[in-house]
Amino acid sequence: MPKENLTVANPPAATPEEQFDWLHTMLQIRYFEDECHRMFAQGLVRGSTHLCQGQEGVVVGACRAVGIDDKVLCTYRGHGAVIAKGAPLDRAFAEILGKANGLCAGKGGSMHLTDMAVGAVGSFAIVGGHLPIALGVAFEAQYNERQEVTLCFFGDGSTNIGAFHEALNMASVWKLPVIFICENNLYGEYSPLATTTPIERLAQRADSYGMPGVTIDGNDVEGVWRTVSDYAARARAGAGPVLVEALTYRQKGHSRSDPAKYRPTGELEAWLERDPIRLLETKLEHLGLERGHLDDLRATAEQEVMDALERARGWPDPNPERLEEDVYA
Amino acid sequence: MSTVTFREALIRAMGDALEEDERVFLFGEDVAAAGGSFKLTEGLLERFGPKRVRDTPISEQAIIGTAIGAAVMGLRPLAEIMFADFAAVCFDGIANEIPKYRYMTGGQVSMPLTIRMCNGAGGGFGAQHSQSVENWFLNVPGLKLVVPATPADAYGLLRSAIRDPDPVLFFEHKSLFNTKGELPDAPAPIPLGLAETVRHGEHVTVVATQMMRHHAMRAADELAVAGIEAEVIDPRTLVPLDYATIAASVDRTGRLVVVQECPNSGSWGATLVARLVGERLEHLDAPPALVGAPDTPIPYSGALEELWIPSVERIVEQVKRTVSY
Ligand SMILES: Cc1ncc(C[n+]2csc(CCOP(=O)(O)OP(=O)(O)O)c2C)c(N)n1
Ligand SMILES: [Mg+2]
Repeated sequence: MPKENLTVANPPAATPEEQFDWLHTMLQIRYFEDECHRMFAQGLVRGSTHLCQGQEGVVVGACRAVGIDDKVLCTYRGHGAVIAKGAPLDRAFAEILGKANGLCAGKGGSMHLTDMAVGAVGSFAIVGGHLPIALGVAFEAQYNERQEVTLCFFGDGSTNIGAFHEALNMASVWKLPVIFICENNLYGEYSPLATTTPIERLAQRADSYGMPGVTIDGNDVEGVWRTVSDYAARARAGAGPVLVEALTYRQKGHSRSDPAKYRPTGELEAWLERDPIRLLETKLEHLGLERGHLDDLRATAEQEVMDALERARGWPDPNPERLEEDVYA
Repeated sequence: MSTVTFREALIRAMGDALEEDERVFLFGEDVAAAGGSFKLTEGLLERFGPKRVRDTPISEQAIIGTAIGAAVMGLRPLAEIMFADFAAVCFDGIANEIPKYRYMTGGQVSMPLTIRMCNGAGGGFGAQHSQSVENWFLNVPGLKLVVPATPADAYGLLRSAIRDPDPVLFFEHKSLFNTKGELPDAPAPIPLGLAETVRHGEHVTVVATQMMRHHAMRAADELAVAGIEAEVIDPRTLVPLDYATIAASVDRTGRLVVVQECPNSGSWGATLVARLVGERLEHLDAPPALVGAPDTPIPYSGALEELWIPSVERIVEQVKRTVSY
């Protein structure tokens, strides 16, 4: 894995306890999405689901680098980001199941998980559509002189849409506190990056917007955490946005039952070796944590997810009158 | 009471809104230092400073996105899209994000933003700077559409738009900027969704907005000479539409002519006619009529543009046909 341009002025250290906590959240996201996948196959989940399995390191590392008052915007592949920001598992499940108690009262679905209470300002299903919106979210904090930052996650493919250009340009001109985090998972839907994009290092695009651009290993949670902490501090101080390119890989297909046949042989296997959860577990073992302790954490996370799902499935469907509510105030 | 231009009324409304509410900020291309490409924001930077009156890059998607994000977080963005035609380059924001955000999040957010844009033909600006694009948004529930015709309405409706918790697209007709009208010394906001019956008459109901309202009034004067009394109603907002006022008038006159500065296909006038026919056919003494533009782009040549825009003569002719049906 290339680890280019990773310059951190004053790397803070994360304690093993903090990293254990990150692992806990990553496992919750992993099991959460295992269940999404299973329920989709069983026809219990409507529409589509886009799993972030393999990319948990990016969202957990980044969301743990900021506080509850900071804001997050993400894509339709956003279960992980929203859970990492603190949304409750049961209400996230309930949303995907279209239940009344869902995060969005069952009116958003898998692609639109939002929980304003924890600063998960939205999941967006139009590629690139939310990058300009992140500007406004960050602008409000700047306008009201609160030192908050806005994290904006998007995919590699999204760097080719016009909204990306407009958003990064204006964010830089207005010195908005936005951390643009490109989750480069090497594919936009079924197209490998190289077939759609003339450069390999997407962070280079930051140059033309006069903002820093860094490429980091997205499967190294601590590295993500450190980079985002660093640039968040910079943004809070008024120095403006950054483009962080986090190299990662989606272990499942693009959506639904995409079998991802377009992958070259061995690619998935190589990336599974670098699964962010495995990497973090190995690291924690090196730091002295016992394997049994880690196994216990897996069991705990899995149980939490299953309990949350059980609760969510018991909740009612939305009432018919909800159909016409929330169009206008 | 004083006489002001449409432009002055707009500037005053924005100034008063900025004065009234710290959460309001104004932004767009050339709105600050230059005072707007139609001088519609002149003097506001000087009064309110660069924090609240801001120039942006030529980035309509970024402008709309900024409005959305700021509105979700509780500010009251007042964005300008220079020409309404340019709404097409930020259509995603306007059609997919703004009107669905409250709904898709189950009511977690409000969307108190206002987008001002210039519409309207008649100035020889050609096909891409002259359209009245309100109809583009008619099929998108969640937006409010405001179409003022007088300085007083421009003032009062803009004040309400900015205060409204829902997203408002506010259309300013280019041919009206220098028109004059009365404005009270302490003008009040005008609620969205209230039509104004501009002229009372018993023979036919004529519904029109913006420039077409003025054409309709001239037509009504001519028709009066011929003994036909037209009731002219200006809905002032297309969403919400004051259907009750229009329906009550049609119940009385039994005849309806809608005048609109746009092709009739897929238009607000066609939607209004469909509803009236569906709900009160028994009140109608003649088929409702649409006086609109042909299904063509807006031509440049003055000779052709004049043909494109519904004229006073065409309104007079249609009303006569409708009345004598
Ligand atoms: C404007 C727009 N174009 C196309 C799509 C269909 N689409 C959904 S996801 C996707 C791929 C996006 O790739 P990337 O940005 O790399 O994100 P990833 O899915 O890999 O996380 C496409 C083309 C869309 N949702 N929106
Ligand atoms: Mg991708």
